[in-house]
Order: sequence, then C-alpha cells, then structure tokens
Amino acid sequence: MNGERRRSGGVARTGPPRWLKPALFAAALIPFGYLAVGLLADGLGANPVETITHVSGEWALRLLLLTLLVTPLRRATGLTWLVRLRRMLGLFAFFYVVVHFTTYALLDAGLDLAYVVEDVLDRPYITVGFVTLCALVPLAATSTDAMIRRLGGARWRRLHRLAYFAGAGAVLHFLWLAFSKSDLREPLIYFAILVVLLVARLPAVAARLGRLAPRRVAAPARADPPPPSPAKRQAAR
Amino acid sequence: MLIKQSEDFKASEVTPESIYRERRRFMQGTLGIASGAALLGGAGLLSPSARAIATDPDAKGEELRYVIESELSTDEELTSYDDITRYNNFYEFGTDKGDPKKHSRRFKPRPWSVSFSGECEKPGVLDLDDVINPHQLEERIYRLRCVEAWSMVIPWVGVPLGPVLERFRPTSKAKYVAFTSVLRPDEMPGQKRSFIDWPYVEGLRIDEAMHPLTLLTVGLYGRVLPNQNGAPIRLVVPWKYGFKSIKSVVSIAFTEDEPPTTWNIENAREYGFYSNVNPEVDHPRWSQKRERRIGFFSKRETLMFNGYADQVAHLYEGMDLAKYY
Repeated sequence: MNGERRRSGGVARTGPPRWLKPALFAAALIPFGYLAVGLLADGLGANPVETITHVSGEWALRLLLLTLLVTPLRRATGLTWLVRLRRMLGLFAFFYVVVHFTTYALLDAGLDLAYVVEDVLDRPYITVGFVTLCALVPLAATSTDAMIRRLGGARWRRLHRLAYFAGAGAVLHFLWLAFSKSDLREPLIYFAILVVLLVARLPAVAARLGRLAPRRVAAPARADPPPPSPAKRQAAR
Repeated sequence: MLIKQSEDFKASEVTPESIYRERRRFMQGTLGIASGAALLGGAGLLSPSARAIATDPDAKGEELRYVIESELSTDEELTSYDDITRYNNFYEFGTDKGDPKKHSRRFKPRPWSVSFSGECEKPGVLDLDDVINPHQLEERIYRLRCVEAWSMVIPWVGVPLGPVLERFRPTSKAKYVAFTSVLRPDEMPGQKRSFIDWPYVEGLRIDEAMHPLTLLTVGLYGRVLPNQNGAPIRLVVPWKYGFKSIKSVVSIAFTEDEPPTTWNIENAREYGFYSNVNPEVDHPRWSQKRERRIGFFSKRETLMFNGYADQVAHLYEGMDLAKYY
C-alpha cells in the first residue's frame, strides 16, 4: 500500500486517522446491507427489483462523485492523505454499478442477451449507462498497486481521467431517465454537484483552492500514485 | 393471501336483485357504506353474499355494500391491498411511488361533486352519491398495466361509465369525453410545484368511454377508494396504460374535438392520446414487451390491449397503432 510506503518517509501526520479507512469501508457497505437484509426480510417495498436498481444506481453515482471530490478537497484542506481514500471509494462505486447492472440484466432482461443489446442500442439512457459501466471497467482493473507500477504513473493517470467521463455519464443516465417523469429535481442536484467538481479543476479555481489550505508542511501535495515528475503533476488536474 | 373465487358462491347465496334494489332505495344518499349497513344488519336483512367478494386482511376503509360480481373480472391472483395502496403514481401527492400514501392524509374526498357539461342535453353538477347511486355497484377485477412496465391485478368497485354518461344525453356532436382531476394545492402537495400544468386532464373517444369495460370507480377490495388511489371517484380503463385512468375526477365534459391530455402535453413524443397497452410499440426509453407483475420477481409478456383485445380491438380497426400510440 502507498500508505505504508509513505509512513517510512518520517512525516507522522500525513496518514489518515487509523479508524477512517475501516469506517469508510463499513459505511460504504451500508446500502448493500440494507438491500440484502431488505430482500431477505421482504422489506424493499412493492417492487423490490426497482428498489435494488434505484438504490444501487444512486449509491454508484454518489460514490463516483465522491471520488471526484477528493482532489479539490485535498487542495482546499492540504490534507494530502485524502487521496488514499479514493481507491476504495472508486471500487465501491464500481461495486454498486455492478449490482445495478446485474439486477437489470438478471431481473429486467431475464439474461436475454438480445433484449440487452436492443436496449443498449435503441435507448439512449441505457446506452449512456452501459458506456459508463464500460468506462469504469478499466479503472477498476488497474486499481491495484501492481497495475499502477506496470502502467507507470503518467499513463495510469491519463487512463484514470476516465473517471470524469464516468461521472458525467452517470449523471446524464439519471437525467435522461428522470425526463420521463417531468421531475428533474434530483438528477439536477447531482448535475450541479458534477459541474462544481469540474469547475474546481479549472486551473484558476484550483489555484485559489490551493491558497485556502493551511501550509503546515512545505512539501508539495502528493497525488496517488507517486507522480513521476513535477511537470506532469501540474498538468494532471 | 386468501382470495375468494367466484366459484365459492352458489346462486342461492346471492341476494336477489329485487331485494338489494329495495335496500338501495332505503339507503339512498349513503352510498351503501357501513353506517347504513349496520342499521340493516341488526334487522337481519344482510347476507354476506351482498358484499364484494375480494377480501384482504389488510384492507381498510368503509365497506361498500351491495356489490355484485362481474363476468368481466379476471381470475388471476390479486395484488395485495398493501401493495396496491403503497405503490402509486399520483403526482398530485409527489413523484415517488410512496408519496401518495404518505402525503394524501389531509385530502378530503367528501363532500364531492362532479360536473357534467359540454355537448349534451342535460348538463349538471351532481353530488357523488347522485352520480353513483342510480347504478349497480360491481366488482371488476382488472389487470392494470403501468406505462413504466409494471402491472397489478386489482379488484375495483364501481359502475360502468357508459350508462352514467347516457343520463346526460350526449348529442351527436359528442365525439370525445374530457376528464379533469381536482385542483387543491393545499391538500395535494405535489400541485404546489408546477412541473406539470395542473390540474391533470385526460380524455377518451366517446366509444371508448361507452365501452362496457370502462369503469367509474369508487372502491377497491370492497371498500371505499383510499385517497392515494384516486378517492373518491376515478376512471379505470383497463386496456390502456394506467395514466389514462384519471383520479379524483371533478369534471366530465363531452367534446367535439380530441381533448388535451396531461402527459401528451408534457411529452408528446412519448405519450399519445390513445396510449393503448401495446407490446409492439415501445416507449422511446424502454421496451413495452414485458412487464413486472407486482409481487413477482421475473417479468412476463405484456399482452395486446393488456389482454382485453377480444373486447376492444374492434375499436381500433384500420388504425395504425404505431402512429396513434
């Protein structure tokens, strides 16, 4: 783990509080637990399949946006260790996307491949959802330390910029679906959050965020994984 | 779930028509609800067979009396009272399926009157009792197919719309019937937001409105309609997607031209005037080939005209149903 490696750098206060990662892990499992218990106890309402689809989709979206929050938050607070929570958030987002898609494929499409293909090709909101899922697969697959080393930091970062695309795709998927209900309030909230998170990455905004951070340590903010060169780092986000 | 099937009743158990007609006169103005029934019950005049046949231990609300069965009912397994009353699309109370149950408590379904107007000889505003009481209440167990690809089987109680409309003597100009829901933002929190142009409006062609399957509905599971299901009076058109079955109706007008309908106004590409259940014509954003029956996990095939093709297909003979969706 990057965390262990950095601890040997001698700066004791750069890591997240010890309890934070396990707590986050447990918290991210709460929606899944709710669904699992609800399913067994007949507690998911009149249409349990719909509930599973909605809850898993919602949490996939929330967790995706949380991964996009990490960098601006790190800039604004100077807490570099926040970056080390991102992988877990991203993998949980992927987990909920898989639950979401599996529920659809199994219980909506009845594992009928032709049905899925027709849906993906003919219905734009499903097309967007499916492309978003596809964009997340390489991100999850290259999330291990070994893969980061194999790809090299620069290439890995370039690949993982797909996370913006996935975040935007997830919001669009939700917006497009809600359009039929004429009620866009909820997806528009996520859209607004996405816009804020993307604006926070504009160089001018990012620089201002950086000035908010208390400068206790002179060391430059470190990204995860360890960046290869300062020039690349500036270009990244 | 315990469901009494029609076979459970012998002809000898059914109250003869002359007797329940007499009771109806006696109870005029009460819509045959429990208070009046208790009065008669003491006199030993009531037999259980005068009640609607579908029961559910969770069912609440006043019982409707003198409800007869109908041959137009399906014998499919009923959706539970609980599911029928907690999973609703009734945007006047909010857009979540659970909102109508949660946010409809303040709604007052009585007193209630319905206006009949437009191309007819005897327009008028009638109290709900006067709309319903001249007719025989029937239980109609219908499939309900929502445009969102889920379905239920619901034991409605109501009267066929056709004979009610006839009382107002529609003229030859009456080609369509326009329905309007109540507008009460103070009792219906969803109406405080204007994402839909309230009140909700719907419409039928006159022959659709007169069709024997079309039901003016005042109850379900033998009891008065709960607020979240469109109290006190709603339409049920079982061969069309659920949103055509307008709830909490206050106005019925005969018109010469096709009346505007809420979802067609909102999104004409996705929701047409006819909106007949049709597995061959997909909603732009999802397939209509299959549906999930509430209470079941896997999906089932959606039937043409929601399984009522034998009764209604002739209404649309020669029409391109992909064009008139």
